[in-house]
Amino acid sequence: MADEPVDLEMMNAAFRDFVPHNKALQLTLVAATWNPPQVTLKLPWDARLVGNPETQVLHGGAITTLLDACCGASVYVKLKSPQPIATLDLRVDFLGRAPAHRDVFAKAECYRVTQSVAFVRASAWVDDEAEPFAAATATFALSTQGRAITQDEVRKGLVP
Amino acid sequence: MNVLEAVQRARESGDFSPLVEAIPYLTFLGVRVEVRDGRRVGVMPFADHLVGNPTVPALHGGTLAALLESMAHLECLASTDTKQLPRTITQTVDFLRSGRTRETYAVARVLKAGRRVTTLHVVAFQDDEAQPIATATVHLKVG
Repeated sequence: MADEPVDLEMMNAAFRDFVPHNKALQLTLVAATWNPPQVTLKLPWDARLVGNPETQVLHGGAITTLLDACCGASVYVKLKSPQPIATLDLRVDFLGRAPAHRDVFAKAECYRVTQSVAFVRASAWVDDEAEPFAAATATFALSTQGRAITQDEVRKGLVP
Repeated sequence: MNVLEAVQRARESGDFSPLVEAIPYLTFLGVRVEVRDGRRVGVMPFADHLVGNPTVPALHGGTLAALLESMAHLECLASTDTKQLPRTITQTVDFLRSGRTRETYAVARVLKAGRRVTTLHVVAFQDDEAQPIATATVHLKVG
């Protein structure tokens, strides 16, 4: 499994189509690797997500949600087997602000897991990954409430 | 009405509706602000598009973080005399319990109002304020 490329279509079917809020934000996985355990997500520009109507800059909450979702997705590629996880804590540093009317990208890497916790770092950018406007660190509790969505459900499009 | 005019009106009248309605993202989330027992309370009614884990089901952590950050901004604007819209420098959210499919509330408290940085602590809860579902410490640039 680790030798094969990540099936982005399958992951998007699980992450976007089964998670109503990710779908509402149109979050899409655009890249993912098993090793290093990294994922890249895109948040398309959307006027509904503006936080300051005068500058048209996206609300920090939308960026935080993008980073949270991205961090969570990286835990899945690190674990390789789906299991329910929950964010324990999430710190977001706003290094600058995203320009208006532009798609935003975020990349996260799950750099360590223990039996019960996953540790993740992430950043968000618009033009150049080397110049992020936001950075995040997060920890996740593993094997929490709920259950993993199975590949069968994803294939069949069954909504729990 | 521009945003700063809406801020001024909210400070004078205590009515935050024009300010909240001026911010598209808060409309997207369905957030409103009410004054209860002299405190400003952010209210986020449950909606299907806020769900992050359909198998529990539970609210998306991002929606809670957004509610907490928004209330930090609104409380900063309401209770300090900052002349500009605050900008988040850093926000740290602790998720304590899963957000259930019901109305969520958030209350922010200024820990320190500085010339350049104002720091707030925000608590989100559902049925019982003594059982918070998430808290945040937020540092805002205000000058």
